[in-house]
Amino acid sequence: MTILSNTQASEKIPLWRDERILRIVAQIVSAVVVLAFLFWGVTNFLRITQQRGMPLTYNFLREPAGFPISEGFLTYDPTMSFGRAFLVGLINTLVVSGSGIVLASILGLIIGLARLSSNWLLSRIALAYIEFHRNIPLLVLMFLWYFGVFAKLPSVKESIAMPGPSYLSQRGLYITFPRLTETGSIFLIFSGIGVILAFAAFYILRHIRENTGRETHFGLTSLGLFLLLTIAGWFLSGGEPFWMDKPSMQGFNFQGGFRLSPEFTALLVSLTMYTAAFIAEVVRSGIQAVHRGQVEAARALGLRSPQVMSLIVLPQALRVIIPPLISQYLNLTKNSSLALTIGFQELFAISKITINQAGRAVPVFLMVMLTYLAISLLTSLVLNVYNRKVQFVER
Amino acid sequence: MRKILILIVSLLVISLVAVACASQAPSPEKVVETVVVTVEVPAEQAPVQPQGYGTIANRVRERGKVVCGVHTELLGFGYLDENGRNIGFDVDLCRAVAAAMFGDPEAVELVPITAADRGPVLQTGEVDMVSRNMTWTSKRDAEWGNFTWITFYDGQGFLVHSDSGIKTLQDMDGASICVTTGTTTEKNLATTFADAGLSYEAVTFEETSAVYGAYEEGRCDVATSDKSQLAAVSAGFANPKDHVILDITISKEPLTPAVPSGDDQWFDIVKSVMWGLINAEEYGVTSSNIEEMKSSDNANIRTMLGEEGDWGYSVLGLEPDSLAKAVAAVGNYGELYNHYFGPNGIAFTLPRGLNSLWSEGGMIYAPPIK
Repeated sequence: MTILSNTQASEKIPLWRDERILRIVAQIVSAVVVLAFLFWGVTNFLRITQQRGMPLTYNFLREPAGFPISEGFLTYDPTMSFGRAFLVGLINTLVVSGSGIVLASILGLIIGLARLSSNWLLSRIALAYIEFHRNIPLLVLMFLWYFGVFAKLPSVKESIAMPGPSYLSQRGLYITFPRLTETGSIFLIFSGIGVILAFAAFYILRHIRENTGRETHFGLTSLGLFLLLTIAGWFLSGGEPFWMDKPSMQGFNFQGGFRLSPEFTALLVSLTMYTAAFIAEVVRSGIQAVHRGQVEAARALGLRSPQVMSLIVLPQALRVIIPPLISQYLNLTKNSSLALTIGFQELFAISKITINQAGRAVPVFLMVMLTYLAISLLTSLVLNVYNRKVQFVER
Repeated sequence: MRKILILIVSLLVISLVAVACASQAPSPEKVVETVVVTVEVPAEQAPVQPQGYGTIANRVRERGKVVCGVHTELLGFGYLDENGRNIGFDVDLCRAVAAAMFGDPEAVELVPITAADRGPVLQTGEVDMVSRNMTWTSKRDAEWGNFTWITFYDGQGFLVHSDSGIKTLQDMDGASICVTTGTTTEKNLATTFADAGLSYEAVTFEETSAVYGAYEEGRCDVATSDKSQLAAVSAGFANPKDHVILDITISKEPLTPAVPSGDDQWFDIVKSVMWGLINAEEYGVTSSNIEEMKSSDNANIRTMLGEEGDWGYSVLGLEPDSLAKAVAAVGNYGELYNHYFGPNGIAFTLPRGLNSLWSEGGMIYAPPIK
């Protein structure tokens, strides 16, 4: 009866009052409006760039850049192209945000745990840290670290000498660093193979023991394999795979050694400390989301405090932690673009110079936006896959 | 305009043809009539002017203000005085244009821009004029906009700590050098050092204040920029005597105000004002004696001050006494220079050198106003 009356009712409703149809129509209309607006925007943009003689071409990327870049992980000099300079910037961004993410995660986890500690002093210190860093702008923090701390270090002539030898001054930290000799690559290849073989042996032999119960000494065997190959590599490379690259004062600056520049360090420190405060809060909320009963049950089973944390609480907390953690990682990556104020030349800083030197604002900005978009999407893709793995498998 | 007329005419033709078809009665006379209308179109055309002529100038007139991209942190050229007023040599050039346009040097909107912003704001027409310590190069001229008239001849030099022992370019091998990004300075530095086979560490910042902050702290051994800027900045250091500007010049830096391209009228207006300031100094017209000079015996002076003849103001849409107002507002070129950089300049002291009038052995020269 009800079905019948329903169908009768729907037959009676005229088209313009049928909610289902109205909904579809509303969606189509809004889609058309949005698409029309987009179309208008894009055509308008293309027309204006043509009119102003700034066509959307990327030929300039092959022209020599002409400007210096203070530090980078690729070889670069001013005679190389704008494209190369962009690449140097991209790598700089990836390195600083990659190391920032790792360091901020570790620091954030520690502070988040400290915040929940039953030790009153520890948890208050963590609280003070979090509130300080969450409530001042990142840019201020960067200036504080760069001009307030690193620039106030002793001048290069009065560097603090430390064992190693390593030297700390306002020009950065120079440390003695082992570098490969000519034959060093042989050693490196052998120990690389050693690591791979050791892992393979470890897993295979352990698998055999787990299945057959026969003792296979998997730990000792894999360690032996690794040591054997490493020692073989050492002798094959003539006993000197490395030489120590020691920094020494030459003229105005130290030469040689491994250098952490004040610009890079200030950026890394401020990004890490700032983001760690947010990650600490994420960690805290994740841990507090795990039911208290779980902890009590674990204690009742006789697990010790670190075991409760690593075996029971953290694996469950991860499910809550990861989604907001992803956005913190993305924030860190994007915030690295503030580096241009403290003289570290990453993607955005180099792009701004390129805009000025090549006079191509629109194409370069498009490139920058697309690059950041690609980095962010890639980061969230990887973390989303991981997130899916740690979620409950529901049956 | 013409397109619209043709469109109307062709619509008319189509409708007439349609009417003709509908009525099944051929009426060729009416079609002939419409052809007559198309002939009238060229007669209605306005006098030939380049596309875009007057667009920026009209925009400025409607707004009642000149929007200028300026510096706010460079002593002498564009900076804030103790009352927070944006003053300086470059800023006064902008005020001179405003005085010529509206008789009021305060009819300006000063937009602080960074070195790297100068190109984009010109290309997009965000400002009417950039008067911010900008070197004129062929590439910038081609890509950014129209450069008006060189108002300051500068060259890139080096500022070093007195105790560093640096005297020559070769002494700087391996030094850390602070430099502003997005400038010709940065490129000159790279080429000069590459040509001399010297190495250096570039420490680059976007903000001028950060560059000299880092230099003064000792992060760099050397700071490089235009000599005028080095003189300006080192005058503001805690111990100006601990710093020396080396006697090395590695580039030509003709500092020039620029306008967005596309409007020749506006381009000409700004140029005329620059010429007016220079000619005023040549003829000895100052902001204080300008009223007496209006009745000068020299016809050139009377023309420039708008007492007789047309120096071009009517085509530019200016008043006869526009240049007189500009000079009255900011002074002639020499007064302007001395106000900021002269022996008793309020910013710092920099010998005029190349920036003396051509008649006094310098390079400052402008076409006659007549």
